[in-house]
Amino acid sequence: MCFILFSIGIYCILVKRNLIKIIIGIGIAEYAVNLFFILVGYRAQGRAPILAKQQVIQNMVDPLPQALILTNIVIGLAVTVLIVAIAIRIYEKYGTFDITKIRRLRG
Amino acid sequence: MNLASLPVTRNLLPLFVAIPLGSAFLVSLLGKRVKGFSDTFSNVATFSLLSISLLSLLLVKHSGTVVYKVGGWIPPIGICMVLDSLTSFMLITINLIAFLVTIYSISYMERYTAKWKFYTLFLLMLAGMNGVIVTGDMFNLFVFLEIASISSYALVAFGVEHEELEASFKYMVMGILASSFILLGIGFLYSLTSTLNMADMSRTLAKIGDNRTVFFVSVLFLMGFGLKAALVPFHAWLPDAHPSAPAPISAMLSGVLIKALGVYALARIFFNVLGMTATSSSIFMVLGTISMVLGGLLALGQEDIKRLFAYSSISQIGYIVFAVGMGTPLGILAGLFHLFNHAIFKSLLFLNSGSIEYATGTRDLRKMGGLTSKMPVTGYSSLVGSMSISGIPPFSGFWSKLLIILAAIQAKHFVFAAIAVLVSILTLAYYLKVQRLAFFGELRDSLKGIKEVPLTMKLSMIILSIICIFGGLLLIPGVQKNFLSLATEVLVNGTNYAQIILGSIK
Repeated sequence: MCFILFSIGIYCILVKRNLIKIIIGIGIAEYAVNLFFILVGYRAQGRAPILAKQQVIQNMVDPLPQALILTNIVIGLAVTVLIVAIAIRIYEKYGTFDITKIRRLRG
Repeated sequence: MNLASLPVTRNLLPLFVAIPLGSAFLVSLLGKRVKGFSDTFSNVATFSLLSISLLSLLLVKHSGTVVYKVGGWIPPIGICMVLDSLTSFMLITINLIAFLVTIYSISYMERYTAKWKFYTLFLLMLAGMNGVIVTGDMFNLFVFLEIASISSYALVAFGVEHEELEASFKYMVMGILASSFILLGIGFLYSLTSTLNMADMSRTLAKIGDNRTVFFVSVLFLMGFGLKAALVPFHAWLPDAHPSAPAPISAMLSGVLIKALGVYALARIFFNVLGMTATSSSIFMVLGTISMVLGGLLALGQEDIKRLFAYSSISQIGYIVFAVGMGTPLGILAGLFHLFNHAIFKSLLFLNSGSIEYATGTRDLRKMGGLTSKMPVTGYSSLVGSMSISGIPPFSGFWSKLLIILAAIQAKHFVFAAIAVLVSILTLAYYLKVQRLAFFGELRDSLKGIKEVPLTMKLSMIILSIICIFGGLLLIPGVQKNFLSLATEVLVNGTNYAQIILGSIK
């Protein structure tokens, strides 16, 4: 499942010409990785890793990947905000979102 | 005086992240209101970073590997920071360049508005890079890597003109993909070893032995960090991104960022965590050689001075990866030495190109000529840098390239050694082109009015060229034993890393 998502994301980045679609592709790929992490920590019929009094938790899902993903979601937010900001500035300068028309750099 | 017992030295490690992070905060808070604050404060911050990284070298020499437990949690449960000789070698390289670049930016960045924003981003990037170097935890490495990358994306777009924005977008897309690959790799490693501490991970992996997941993870890491290091199949972003940034940032990006995020991380993970195998060694060597040749060939055809330097960076990174990838002690020593030298002369050359742009307003080689007569300091320091990078004795570049070629011959890779020699000649060719077109020959009429750059810019260029000239002295046995060889040992020891780290915790 997350590999399908990851492939969709990479497909979007590679094939699409529209800046916004590329950004969406990046988002999909990022969330595929996040989902993968959650699956790593998942146990069948596990429950949320919350310690409470008078409760003995036997089947706990691994909390560490969840903490990591929380961090990664925040990082992803920062990256997405920055890339959208740059896309907007590109639109102001070039007047288009089409990457085939945004070609000043050669090389 | 017993250094190790002082409280400052015991808590030295977090400072490498805390100083730049804290000063970035203060600069962004006060830089706009208090005039001149951001200049002074950033310089003080980078200078203190340089001094504590020199101090860290003494500390490592005195008391071996130091492990700092963040928040007092004992690894492998908590996050730890590790200081060994490779770490302090990298820290010195990074903070030396950072300090000289901040001196340079005082005058250079006058051309841009919002200087304090520049310093904030710069210090954030520095915090990220230092973090990558000192951390001993896999996920922590990823977080610091992202801090450094995000600020570098923003810095590439700093000019907000057409080219800068386009380059930054390209760089961001590639960078985000690279980070996703790295994170996916970390996920697989975690599911395999159920730990994130590098030392502990390496120990567990050694128990598990060879299997397919490890191989898949190495492929993911190679793609991810290879993208960050701009090895050839993954290099497309570099020649756009590096020239588009302001010159001090180009110097930082080309000089140290691709090494800290790319080469250092690759070396640390492959040698110390996953364990170097014959397969990965030959992959490194082949990738390095391809980068070497292709980067050199592409550089030859460039007319834009900064673009030429950027392609040359790809070529030199190829040398470093090739040398480190050989895995022999001499190869690693040569690779690290070349890494240090390349950081010095490539930042020097980028600062030179910045001075040219500052004085003449152009980056096109065809529009320059005879600049040495008007700008002697820039001219001669760039001559030193060019000769050093193309490997002319007695400059530092000669010694490191000589060592790389000797190491290749010693390890019986004659074809690779021959290629390395040829690429070195190629390097000479395109730097001669720069020298001839930009600095010698007739002075154009349009350039009659230019002046030499301000004092602070001259100062940092002069310091860098002095280091270039005397860099070869690092090979003198007494100096080498304390600086380079110790750093080499860390990588040669390979997966013994785990025992050293876990041993020093108790």
